[in-house]
Amino acid sequence: MLDFPRWKQLWYWALTLLALAAALPSLATMSGLRWPASLPHPTINLGLDLAGGSHLLLEANADQVVSQRLEAKEEEVRAALKKSGKVHYGDISNKGGSLSFIVANAAEVDAAREAILPLTNGAGLSGKRDWEIQIADTTRFILTPTQEGIKDAIDKAMETATEVVRKRIDAMGTREPTIIRQGNDRIVVQVPGLSDPAALKALLGQTAKLEFKLVDQLGMVDGVAAPGDEILPFANGAGAIAVKRLGGIKGDRLTDAKQSFGQNNDAVVSITFDSQGSEQFARLTKENVGKPFAIVLDGKVLSAPNINEPIMGGSAQISGSFTVQSANQLAIALRSGALPVDLKVVEERTVGPDLGADSIMKGVVAMSVATAAVVIFMAMTYGRFGMYANIAVILNVLMILGIMALLNTTLTLPGIAGFVLTIGAAVDANVLINERIREERKRGRKVFAAVEMGYKEASRTIFDANITHIISAVLMFEFGSGPIKGFAVVLIIGIITSVFTAVFLTRMWVAGWLRRARPNDLNI
Amino acid sequence: MRLLKLVPDNTNLHFLKWQWPTTIISVALMLASWALLFTHGLNMGVDFVGGQMIRVSFTQSASAPVAQLRGEVEALGYGEPIIQTFGKPNEISIRLRLPEGSDKDAGLADAMAKRITATIKAAHADARVDGVDSVSGKVSKELGWTAFKALGFACIAISLFIWFRFEWQFGVGALVSLVHDVSLVLGLFAVTQMEFDLTIVAAILTVIGYSLNDTIVVYDRIRENLKKYRKMPLEELLDLSVNETLARTVVTSATMLITLVALLLLGPKVIFGFSAALILGIFVCTYSSIYAAAPMLIWLKVNASSFVPGEGEKEA
Repeated sequence: MLDFPRWKQLWYWALTLLALAAALPSLATMSGLRWPASLPHPTINLGLDLAGGSHLLLEANADQVVSQRLEAKEEEVRAALKKSGKVHYGDISNKGGSLSFIVANAAEVDAAREAILPLTNGAGLSGKRDWEIQIADTTRFILTPTQEGIKDAIDKAMETATEVVRKRIDAMGTREPTIIRQGNDRIVVQVPGLSDPAALKALLGQTAKLEFKLVDQLGMVDGVAAPGDEILPFANGAGAIAVKRLGGIKGDRLTDAKQSFGQNNDAVVSITFDSQGSEQFARLTKENVGKPFAIVLDGKVLSAPNINEPIMGGSAQISGSFTVQSANQLAIALRSGALPVDLKVVEERTVGPDLGADSIMKGVVAMSVATAAVVIFMAMTYGRFGMYANIAVILNVLMILGIMALLNTTLTLPGIAGFVLTIGAAVDANVLINERIREERKRGRKVFAAVEMGYKEASRTIFDANITHIISAVLMFEFGSGPIKGFAVVLIIGIITSVFTAVFLTRMWVAGWLRRARPNDLNI
Repeated sequence: MRLLKLVPDNTNLHFLKWQWPTTIISVALMLASWALLFTHGLNMGVDFVGGQMIRVSFTQSASAPVAQLRGEVEALGYGEPIIQTFGKPNEISIRLRLPEGSDKDAGLADAMAKRITATIKAAHADARVDGVDSVSGKVSKELGWTAFKALGFACIAISLFIWFRFEWQFGVGALVSLVHDVSLVLGLFAVTQMEFDLTIVAAILTVIGYSLNDTIVVYDRIRENLKKYRKMPLEELLDLSVNETLARTVVTSATMLITLVALLLLGPKVIFGFSAALILGIFVCTYSSIYAAAPMLIWLKVNASSFVPGEGEKEA
């Protein structure tokens, strides 16, 4: 037990030095020194509660994905049936979560099925189709979205949404945002240093689905839309207008959008279509000269100007009582593409920069005082053995820092509390060992035997006791949210390193001392 | 050099002589905690009930003008705010329900936070807004549920581990002392009405770990002594085991308390409740490892044969 072959000693020292070296860059940065960029520099990220900044949890409207998908499928089905040319269909509707239509007679069923079959696909990797086709009453087709299909659609929408969110935040010029998809329908956004997230929220809250639709001037009778029309409100609240549901242009065919100034020096957004978009736009404007068309953003009409002449160049201006700021925001949103689904903020946490700095300072003070007090206490209680424990505790703190840096984990405020707690808890192993040595000496064992028994007997207890800590820490990590995870990380790493430093390292030191000094008695 | 000894050598205190009075005290405290939890409840933070919390510190004042603030915020018409200091008298948190319809329109919660902070800043020159949290009802329900799950799983997983490593009586004893410790810490939060949020859940999970740690150290010694002194009456054996581990229990609790008191007094005020929960936890755990965990073994009739399967086996 007290016999330490050289290779074992080398191993222990190598592990210790590795962890210590990894802690150096973080320590240097904390004490205000510059760490040369040419050297490797594993660092610990500061959580938002320490660095200051904003945390937003966005939730997607999953129902919307489902209903949009249904609408899109309706258009696809119409187009496919029309294209086949062999089917007479009617009564197409998408009520109650599925899409249905009837064909003229039973003879057309096969042709219709052939036409719409290519519209169903495999749903992700599930091995199932994304839509199920049923036939009822011999001529009625019913297309029902499968669970797998819905899941896959939400998945894809979230993937796109995360990408769009990233683009928008990058366009704002914020530094080092963290954007992570969470669970089925959520996105976490963390922006360090941002203390007023209002602008960010406005930008992310905007779906930015731009559409150009023809106005049906006779389409609204007593507030009810004519067949094929829909009624949309004006964005500025000035009433509503009827527009044709189909035959418009979607705003996803843009290559650029930027804020500029219009004829009256008012803020506008200039957009440029891609080639296909310009073609569509040119055709629409050519066919409808003299008629008004509506510029619709997220279901609200920004403006409904008359088409004075065909717009051929593929660029246009959107006006609609913007401020420079709101025009700029819309331009960013349009450039980064529309969100495939509405996002709303379900959780928001903002920490001012002063509080974070304050917390770090107070945390460091508390930790220094705690360390000093424990070191003195241990030295007074166990003498030489207490000093070994103290060196172990200090190494332990540095090793936790180093390992956190290597794993690139985040230090949060509860994490600092975890550090302080670790200082108190890490000496427990040494207390157990030293008390056991005292006991064995009292029972009359010789020095070597007492130390050996002390480590041996205490090790079992230490193992059992630390397993319970690991269990509670792992559960904390598994179930906890942001800050608690930070606490759990420090605890888990701390438990492992504390066993290493407090049991393995001190045993090596004690063994070395015993071999050299060969004491006849222990002051413990 | 003479070394410090918090506990003298060879103590021989009859801890279990007091097992009945202490049991009565423990049960009474537990019942009181539960009664308080049912009558007063916990002062749940926005993490668990949703709503908006604004943290403000008054950098130039010794204490925050709480009554005045309450008037100012109430005048804005968002309902009655809960205003509390945490840790220091000049640092406060203001909590309010989210306005009606804010689950549809996130702008409403924003506007509310803006108006409140603007009002406070206008009325108090030294007010510094340290943070704004707003948590929707849906998310807070989820946070509450996950916290509950984490606590539940922790209790079960650790008890199973002890059952596996020791004997079922020890698992039950550990679970009972665990319930005792957690109840009392919850009781503290019911009495003081300190804000109960996610960090407190972390503190309770730590208390759970520590409670078991303490219990295990005592149990481990009991197991060792059960094998060693097969003929000793159980009560005497438990006393011996507690006495033998007493020095360790006291020294470890002392080092933990030293660090936690440093954290409570000098550390960031945001984790004041966290430190307070842990400090009480340390006291309660130390006590319960002696007075709840050990006597349970008597009542559950643990004995040496629990560990020694066959007759005639020599001591380990």
